[in-house]
Amino acid sequence: MDSIISVSNLSKTYASGFQALRNVDLDIRRGEIFALLGPNGAGKTTLISIICGIVNPSSGNVLADGHDIISDYRAARSKIGLVLQELTTDVFETVRDTMSFSRGLFGKPPDPAHIEKVMTDLSLLDKADTKIQALSGGMKRRVLIAKALAHEPKILFLDEPTAGVDVELRRDMWEMVRGLRENGVTIILTTHYIEEAELIADRIGIINKGEIILVEEKEALMQKLGKRQLTLYLQNPIASIPAGLNGFDLELSGDGSELVYTFDVHGEETGIAPLLKLLNEHGIDYRDIHSSESSLEEIFVSLVTEKR
Amino acid sequence: MNFYAIRSIYIFELARTWRTLMQSIASPILSTSLYFVVFGAAIGSRVGDIEGISYGAFIVPGLVMLTIMSESISNASFGIYLPKFTGTIYEVLSAPVSYIEVILGYVGAAATKSVILGALILATARLFVPYHVLHPFWMAGFLLLTAVSFCLFGFIIGIWADSFQKLQMVPLMIITPLTFLGGSFYSIHMLPPFWQKVALLNPVVYLISGFRWSFYGVADVNVEVSLGMTLLFLAVCIAVVWRIFRTGYKLKS
Repeated sequence: MDSIISVSNLSKTYASGFQALRNVDLDIRRGEIFALLGPNGAGKTTLISIICGIVNPSSGNVLADGHDIISDYRAARSKIGLVLQELTTDVFETVRDTMSFSRGLFGKPPDPAHIEKVMTDLSLLDKADTKIQALSGGMKRRVLIAKALAHEPKILFLDEPTAGVDVELRRDMWEMVRGLRENGVTIILTTHYIEEAELIADRIGIINKGEIILVEEKEALMQKLGKRQLTLYLQNPIASIPAGLNGFDLELSGDGSELVYTFDVHGEETGIAPLLKLLNEHGIDYRDIHSSESSLEEIFVSLVTEKR
Repeated sequence: MNFYAIRSIYIFELARTWRTLMQSIASPILSTSLYFVVFGAAIGSRVGDIEGISYGAFIVPGLVMLTIMSESISNASFGIYLPKFTGTIYEVLSAPVSYIEVILGYVGAAATKSVILGALILATARLFVPYHVLHPFWMAGFLLLTAVSFCLFGFIIGIWADSFQKLQMVPLMIITPLTFLGGSFYSIHMLPPFWQKVALLNPVVYLISGFRWSFYGVADVNVEVSLGMTLLFLAVCIAVVWRIFRTGYKLKS
């Protein structure tokens, strides 16, 4: 696997004693869109801040495109663009100037054409020579993204990019993110919104209390998401599942009183009707039926609360 | 060396100067002119010559130094405090720049402004008093050294300060008294013997004395001592800044 970011055994304890990250291992594949999900205070921002050089790690190391972020910080950082959650912009500079500043800061020679292109992509061109203080919050968000893209990074970090952003900008942003990926840029974004991760990500990582608790292909997660379960509460417990029911994905609870049938909602047939018919034929009576759907949100909540 | 980064920071900081031309350039020149009118013309005409130099001319080097020190500190400290305050410092911290490049950008821009200001004040002073410069090379040297040293000092204050009050406190509580007691307006030989000794503990005395020597060839202390003390102050500031960046003090958690 070709990793563009490789985090190994990374821990961070702040001076206050708060341990924000605990032995985090994470690999981001080249060219993917990776969504990092987690509740507030889970360590998402700390992880990003360490990779980008804003916070010092307590232990462990990180490679960005093969370069150690500390011993070879120049090579590592010049590959990375960062958009923070807070709207921290200059005030009196124009959009064009602040972008040129960012580009130079990351060691790239001036390139007015590239700056114009980024502004065009982000619908900022008509504000190019407007002072940032005169822009709305949504526009400032665009400016922050434009600054991060000014030096043509290969890796883009978006920390809660859609917090407080309107529908239009959200749509523009996802379009831009997809366009960047087509050009080979790897994108790592953090979010609270599970729908967002579902919409855009290739892989999803879940972080809680400073630990990565799950990293999975979105498709695989979606498959779990697509599963439904039918629980049958049996009138009389049974010792085992009758052989005649072998064709169904069934599970018997320990005491034999509950039968759980898992099926795919996306399938042609749910199989419920034939199953119930067969149960009848085998003389298995049930007193109640409960059906449930596992959503990514549910997986997320259960994973996150389990750890508490 | 990331030259583009140095250039970016330098241009960014100087642009701030042009944007705030009134506070940056016009107000120090106005206040210095007032000193010349009040001390040079009004009071100075009643004070006799000092060591063979008219009082008006005598205070020129001291006034230039006074302005350079306070402007260097306030400009350099504000330059680094502001991004800390607004949060935009994250960009500098995440950029592929070394601390040397960051300092060259920020301190270089602040020092450039100070030197320009010094030249403008010297030109302004010419309108009030005729003065001559005996050692122009040394004059420029002292000017530059002082500007760089105090910009570094200001940079340190800007990093240390976590409120606007603290940002104002050091210049107001420490630098202003030191410069006023540092012989800007008088020769320390005019003080009683005990206070002459005390004055020698004030680093500003050496800066002003050396600078005045480059004008008129007269000094309160030996010029080599002046130069040595100025370089010492510069070295201390560099050492402190080096430690700040090594430890990430108040910049990185």
